[in-house]
Amino acid sequence: MAYSDKVLDHYENPRNVGSLDKNDPNVGTGMVGAPACGDVMKLMIKVNDSGIIEDAKFKTYGCGSAIASSSLVTEWLKGRTIDEAYSIKNSEIAEELALPPVKIHCSVLAEDAIKAAVADIKAKQLAAKEAA
Amino acid sequence: MDRDPIYLDYSATTPVDPRVAAIMIPYLTEHYGNPASRSHPFGWTAEKAVENAREEVAKLVGADAREIVWTSGATESNNLAIKGAANFYASTKGKHIITIATEHKAVIDAVRELERIGFTATYLQPESNGLVDLAKFKAAIQPDTVLASVMMVNNEIGVIQDIEAIGNICRENNVIFHVDAAQATGKVEINLEKLPVDLMSFCAHKTYGPKGIGALYVRRKPRIRIEAQMHGGGHERGMRSGSLATHQIVGMGEAFRIAREEMEFENARTRKLRDKLLHGLQSIEETYVNGDLEHRVPHNLNISFNYVEGESLIMAIKDIAVSSGSACTSASLEPSYVLRAIGRNDELAHSSIRFSIGRFTTDADVEYTIELLKSKVNKLRELSPLWDMFKDGIDISKVQWAAH
Repeated sequence: MAYSDKVLDHYENPRNVGSLDKNDPNVGTGMVGAPACGDVMKLMIKVNDSGIIEDAKFKTYGCGSAIASSSLVTEWLKGRTIDEAYSIKNSEIAEELALPPVKIHCSVLAEDAIKAAVADIKAKQLAAKEAA
Repeated sequence: MDRDPIYLDYSATTPVDPRVAAIMIPYLTEHYGNPASRSHPFGWTAEKAVENAREEVAKLVGADAREIVWTSGATESNNLAIKGAANFYASTKGKHIITIATEHKAVIDAVRELERIGFTATYLQPESNGLVDLAKFKAAIQPDTVLASVMMVNNEIGVIQDIEAIGNICRENNVIFHVDAAQATGKVEINLEKLPVDLMSFCAHKTYGPKGIGALYVRRKPRIRIEAQMHGGGHERGMRSGSLATHQIVGMGEAFRIAREEMEFENARTRKLRDKLLHGLQSIEETYVNGDLEHRVPHNLNISFNYVEGESLIMAIKDIAVSSGSACTSASLEPSYVLRAIGRNDELAHSSIRFSIGRFTTDADVEYTIELLKSKVNKLRELSPLWDMFKDGIDISKVQWAAH
């Protein structure tokens, strides 16, 4: 499988590997994929009071493209609002990394991970509001 | 890349031994005659070389040279044996075929093709160690079973089937028995004088010979008949037409001669290296050997690194050349059907690596490989959410995953 230099760079030097405190009310977690399918992505975002993503971390079980896709989105997410994050499309990820057709699903998974993390933070915020 | 990768994929193919290459070359440039040319010395020289090679191939496997038919490789041998025998005996014996779910695609797809034209087939599941259960094999035989095809050595997990026992069951039930031995030559003693096998496939390039040449053993006593799949000049006693590739054949003969003379020494050497690799890799947590370790060729190690995905592992260890059971390395999205057939779950199938050691592997190669794997598996596990979950005591098989 011939990968683009960008995929190889993210794969060899993944950005923002790690976890955030999942119990922090400002942290949203998105876990998507399935071990049986060969990829699982866990994306965590920390959002400040103005709705801006301050920090993003990932852990990914998967092929080089899956690792690169998740590494890339953690870079993109920092500094964006959660609504901006929600609108990131898999095609942008695939284009940036020049993913081959058989690896497009990795970018889809990364988009799903963002959406799941955003949904999680929104649910947490809603729950906090209702509790208040 | 800073250095040439270390080649640990001898089950995919082997380099041509320099001794083999040297003996082949004159048959391209000097002794270029067609072995079928009976009217001049060019032909006679080529024919002599071909017959000498046939003797060498026969000697390695305890056969008579007249039982050896040249083909282009094991895929052709498998097709010729399975389609040739099934079609020849369909009207007298029946139209049911038995094979094993872990066979090479050249066998599985040849049987599938026969199903398409009206045969029926049983694809037996092996046990979790990769071996065929003899009682289950026996139970699969039907009154109309014409042919059984069982590989001697599995290409992915290296397990050795009990060919003698399976062959005896076939004999008792009047079933023709074909064995794909592509991965077995030079690794396992084969004595067709004693083995109850009717047809056996070989190729040169897994045994330090050239690609593009193979052979099919066709038993003479009792005589087995096959329908030709390639029609033409009636070469190879009508079983396989086509001008013989003298240089390739000479190469296969020499490769098999070397295998016969050196296999004992060589297998002891590769076994030692394989065991060293095995012990080194087993020091990594959560590793699983795929396939039986006892009934196994000495140079193969197939091992899964749990919670690490196979393709990313292959990328991480690009300094060594190996194969993976991961779907990501193939065009399909299914992980290795062999590992699935022995009951490995998808995760372990995805994270499997096949190491195959060979004639030119050194002690230093193995040591380097162990250290490389230790460091890269560790690095990828630090990246893996599944590893975290495992360390937190979460049973991943009980998690509800959204399939995609």
